Amino acid sequence: MEQTTNLPVGLAEAIPAAAQPSDLRRRPRILETLIQSALFLAGALSIAITASIVIVLGQESLLFFTNPEVSVVEFFTTLRWQPAILQFGVWPLVTATLMTSFIGILVAMPLGLMAAIFLSEYASPRVKGILKPTLEVLAGIPTVVYGYFALTFMTPLLRAVFGSDVVQIYNNASAGIVIGIMIMPLVTSMSEDALSAVPRALREGAYGLGATKLETAVQVVVPAAFSGVVAAFIIGVSRAFGETMIVAIAAGAGPKLTLNPFDSAETIAGHIVRISGGDLSYASLDYESLFALALVLFVITLGLNLISRHIVEKFREAYE
Amino acid sequence: MSAAFSPQPAAPLPEGAQLAAHMAARHRAGWIWQGLFLLATCVGIIGLSALLYNVVNSAFGFVAVVEKVDPATLAERPLEELTKDELVAILQANLSRGAFNKLDKDQAFADRSRENVLEVVYERVVQLEVEESYTLSESLFNRAAIAAEVAAEYPEAKLEWRSWLTPQFVTTPMSSKPEYAGVRTALLGSLVLVALTIAFALPIGVMAAIYLQEYAGRNWINNLIQTNIYNLSGVPSIVYGMLGLAVFVRTLEALTSGAMFGVTDSNGRTILSAAMTMALLILPIIIVNAQEAIKAVPDSFRQAAYGLGATKWQTVWHHVLPNALPGILTGSILAVSRAIGETAPLVVVGASTFITADPDSPFAKFTALPIQIYNWTARPQAEFRNIAAAAILVLLALLLTLNATAILLRNRFSRRVY
Repeated sequence: MEQTTNLPVGLAEAIPAAAQPSDLRRRPRILETLIQSALFLAGALSIAITASIVIVLGQESLLFFTNPEVSVVEFFTTLRWQPAILQFGVWPLVTATLMTSFIGILVAMPLGLMAAIFLSEYASPRVKGILKPTLEVLAGIPTVVYGYFALTFMTPLLRAVFGSDVVQIYNNASAGIVIGIMIMPLVTSMSEDALSAVPRALREGAYGLGATKLETAVQVVVPAAFSGVVAAFIIGVSRAFGETMIVAIAAGAGPKLTLNPFDSAETIAGHIVRISGGDLSYASLDYESLFALALVLFVITLGLNLISRHIVEKFREAYE
Repeated sequence: MSAAFSPQPAAPLPEGAQLAAHMAARHRAGWIWQGLFLLATCVGIIGLSALLYNVVNSAFGFVAVVEKVDPATLAERPLEELTKDELVAILQANLSRGAFNKLDKDQAFADRSRENVLEVVYERVVQLEVEESYTLSESLFNRAAIAAEVAAEYPEAKLEWRSWLTPQFVTTPMSSKPEYAGVRTALLGSLVLVALTIAFALPIGVMAAIYLQEYAGRNWINNLIQTNIYNLSGVPSIVYGMLGLAVFVRTLEALTSGAMFGVTDSNGRTILSAAMTMALLILPIIIVNAQEAIKAVPDSFRQAAYGLGATKWQTVWHHVLPNALPGILTGSILAVSRAIGETAPLVVVGASTFITADPDSPFAKFTALPIQIYNWTARPQAEFRNIAAAAILVLLALLLTLNATAILLRNRFSRRVY
């Protein structure tokens, strides 16, 4: 800021001597350099965060796997997760995670895409102005509230429909459906952005060939925005995978290998929350096992996010 | 649909009545699907309504109340009309000396408000207990059946209308009895947590955004930073919790427990650790939003500043930032509302489940609204569901206030046309 006051003086002196302006330009500006470095450091912090996630999770997982009681092979091949008797097979947790996510996607994808088509192709600006903010409200509700909703609304509803001897109090179906309701606004909003970005000329072309509105939307606009829609789905999947509070509240405690969605089974994230919420001593096998689980979760979600971005960038249709 | 649209040159095109039927079928399909699309959009709204209905339904309704001691035997006038001194006298007369002294030690009676003493009288002397609670819809539409059921099952109970969300609920601390529990500690915890979080995340986030938008050239390191920020925003919150547990709670315990500053009675599971963890979590959101806001400042502003001889930083500080500020604030408020609702990282970092002391320093143990909701929801007794619903209403009210502020800010400043 000191330059602001110096500048007119500098300019006034610069007028008689012709060489002055170039000196002025070459004058080292220490403050500017310092500020730029500080800003760079703030930007680079994000890399430090990622690095520390990888290091922390990797380090503790390494401690876990080098333990004599544990082996990497057993971790990925055996079918029981019971830390109390030193059995660490990750599959019960993974299948429960897959099941809740799958149910969630099954709910969110068709609904999300259809809602996106409606908002982008059919809704008048006024209707869109009402519906879109409502969906945004839905996206802003904390997941713990969704968990409450799953346990106190969706579960009794499922039990009333399918019979309370079939559906357990804690079950994957209820958690999965509510996960679907939770990620639907995200899928809708990202898909809608992609659909809206398709140029008008493509629609006009389809109409010109005699297509109806539905045919234009489904056979021209959606394929044109395909990469964006797929990216939205993958982000949705990744969100469903990492979702914690809904499953911690509604899906049940205790890992269980089951394919019955009405059964209770603990997911990876649910397990981490339950164990770390109790008394957990550092440097114990339990503590380290949580980091191994978090690493699995991190790798899967990071992979999904990378794939999503790759699809967006590689298959982006450029209409210019 | 696809049969209707993929033209087959070999086959003759439909004509006359056939064409009309064909067109009618296509239009019918169009109408049906339009209805389905609308329905799908409405599912979101139905979901939202069901969620709100469900919460409100549990937060209000009839309760069957049992009073161990009839308040009429304690004083001649109703308890609500007594002065504070009379209430204290009732406590002294009806509690053992030890119990009375313990209450006095927790908080001196001289410092307590009349409302607080009244509540203690109800809790300790009258021993008011909720035996059974009913939802709002049951209470409204099924009153006679409820009255009959209460009369049959709890002959001593009174049927009362109860709102679980009361001013007292917001101002009293945690209790093991749902009838007397409140969210004061949790609400204060959430507010302190968010204030600290934003104090960490906002300056760093805005600095990073300025760097990426104004300074960064196109080279590999800047691309890496940008890609990395997008990826960080997709990392599940529980992974941030694990990071916070290992780094802030464990490794930096000397700092986060306050041991460095002479605080002795604490471990790393403090509000400071939680705030730092939360700051990492919302940092990518703040950066991306701030970048958008900075990007929206027209280039002519920058060129005008350079033309007058301003340096890069002068341009950014005096021209770009002031114009981007509303956008940055809006984005930050949205990030804050994300932070207020986050639960999983707080559980992992070690929020206390039962705590009655207000957070008084960054090194205090803490709890937060979502943690409280989680704990109460996880309990089997129905009354805890009721107070969980009331706590959810408090949380949603807080979020609504924040979002309304963000929308007002956006509307107020977005009218400027460049």
